[in-house]
Amino acid sequence: METLLQQILNGLVVGSVYALVALGYTMVYGILGLINFAHGEVLMIGALSALTTITSLMGVAPDLPPLLLLAAGLLVAIPTCMTVAFLMERLAYRRLRGAPRLAPLITAIGVSFLLQTLAMIFWGRNYHTFPQLISTTPLQPIDGVFISPVQISIILVSALLMFALVTLVNRTRLGRAMRATAENHRVASLMGVDVNRIIALTFVLGAALAAVAGVMFASNYGIAHYAMGFMPGLKAFTAAVLGGIGNLAGAMLGGIVLGLVEAVGAGYIEDFTFGFLNSSYQDIFAFVILGAVLIFRPTGLLGERVSDRA
Amino acid sequence: MKKSLLALAALGLGISFAYAEDMVVKIGSVAPLTGSISHLGKDNENGALLAIEDANAKGIKIGGKSVKFELMGEDDQADPRTGTTVAQRLMDAEVKGVVGHLNSGTTIPASRIYHQAGVPMVSPSATNPKLTQQGYEGIFRTIANDIQQGSVVGNFAVKGLSGGKVAIIDDRTAYGQGLADETEKAVKAAGGEIVAREFTTDKSTDFMAILTKIKATNPDVIMFGGMDAQGGPMLKQIKQLGIGAKFVTGDGGCSPEFIKLAGDAMSANAFCTMAGVPLDKMPGGKDFNARFEKRFGTGVQIYAPYAYDATMAIINAMVAADSVDPEDYLPELKKVSFEGVTGNISFDDKGDIEEGAVTVYQYKDGKWDAM
Repeated sequence: METLLQQILNGLVVGSVYALVALGYTMVYGILGLINFAHGEVLMIGALSALTTITSLMGVAPDLPPLLLLAAGLLVAIPTCMTVAFLMERLAYRRLRGAPRLAPLITAIGVSFLLQTLAMIFWGRNYHTFPQLISTTPLQPIDGVFISPVQISIILVSALLMFALVTLVNRTRLGRAMRATAENHRVASLMGVDVNRIIALTFVLGAALAAVAGVMFASNYGIAHYAMGFMPGLKAFTAAVLGGIGNLAGAMLGGIVLGLVEAVGAGYIEDFTFGFLNSSYQDIFAFVILGAVLIFRPTGLLGERVSDRA
Repeated sequence: MKKSLLALAALGLGISFAYAEDMVVKIGSVAPLTGSISHLGKDNENGALLAIEDANAKGIKIGGKSVKFELMGEDDQADPRTGTTVAQRLMDAEVKGVVGHLNSGTTIPASRIYHQAGVPMVSPSATNPKLTQQGYEGIFRTIANDIQQGSVVGNFAVKGLSGGKVAIIDDRTAYGQGLADETEKAVKAAGGEIVAREFTTDKSTDFMAILTKIKATNPDVIMFGGMDAQGGPMLKQIKQLGIGAKFVTGDGGCSPEFIKLAGDAMSANAFCTMAGVPLDKMPGGKDFNARFEKRFGTGVQIYAPYAYDATMAIINAMVAADSVDPEDYLPELKKVSFEGVTGNISFDDKGDIEEGAVTVYQYKDGKWDAM
């Protein structure tokens, strides 16, 4: 029983990060129909720029309280990622807006390589130790089930940010403009919406979430590396598709479901298949679920609710 | 801008004029220079580069001509397919010998290409037994293989740590899996029990799910076959889940990087094994590390001394044969015997290093300490 609870908890933590990153994929897809493969790299830049900030601050003022250091890291990481995303949209994607779908897709893969290589040049090849400013000492809320403060804060912060984003999209003027742009660029611009600005804002918003996700990811595992964005990026993209790409609630649900499926899958796949498959199939297990969902619901779990596309 | 380009070009010409009389001999080096273990890849390349520079400084003459060795460094991205592509590129560039690759998974498929081209290859770090079991002439390694290492790991887990119940994780690479399989055999042979056999990948950072599963089996020892980039965070997560088992990993985890990444999860319960002897107990280890640090501004990670010896083995064989032609110097490479940085370098009839010693290390006072 403790094992199952622990697995669910593991899945929730991983799933929260997936969900946060998946939102960035899904928002951009909702508005442009573009799969921004460079989004995982934004997460990496968030983590590494926070790392640089935190370590240099620690060098100057070693007595600063850890939470303040973390806040400073975030305060640098978020604008950095926003700038990167803004430039990415302005320089790479905007020119290709009318082009066939394949062109921006390939461009996105190119941008992803470019950002990784730049980060490799700037931060080097070595793994960096990311200072774990929130405690990783495990607590035992239930006997035999462990969760650390950093994991609790990942779940809480993700939930909070997702709630804030949904409120922004559904309740504010800006959100309405985003929804209008997602429905139809032309009509939206006829209604007085500055479409270019809204698209840029969508990228920037997604990047801010990815920056936070990157810092949380690095704080949890205590490492940062120029190639660290690839795996979570891929998983978050999968989560966005699982939930129904273009759909905000779907991205969140998809992230959490994917995290849970992975954790429970890795833990129990051997029992499910009577020892025939083992944990080397944990990724395949997740993708089989994705395949099954897409066969029965081609638009993803929540795909048909086009009304809150953003 | 233009002027400086011109100056550069002139400089380049100057250099090539200066060596116009010399014979240029290209030696290839292949290792992952990008991707998650590129820090180890660069380490290997630098080891080979240092050997090349030392050989050039000696002013070696072969066949009456003075020789200038040149290192052609390639990036295989730790990917078997890229590995064969760059292997072919090296053969097209007519390199005379190859130092590499780093990973067993890339070395094994690439070795076939070198074998077909008749160019000798010496790997400083590929430890999978299969590499030298293919019956290819001209394939060597300067590091002990996983059969030797795995039996030490397994024996140590059961007898040294009195761990009757052992859980094994590997990263599904040729190296990690090979080491884990050999460890499993050795554990069973020593009378231990394998309570869990779990798997991850060489790109993962989250191991909570498989560790939670392992925790339920209550092991005495957890063994990981894989590299430091996964092993370090794994040890951290073992602590986070409140697992009290001891941790053993192979040479891929025996690095300063591992200690950095595992952070405060490091304790006297962490062990690693490594083919060969520790850097400070290598005959030329201390001196090598100092020179390496001076030249590249960073200390040795793991395999640089082995890459250095691999390069030197090739160069020594060329000198002994008085020829840089692979066909001529291969027989000399087979019977090479010299005192390298890592110890005596000589190969058995399969191409494995003779006297491939394996050392067990325990974490102590901020570093891996040889037991």
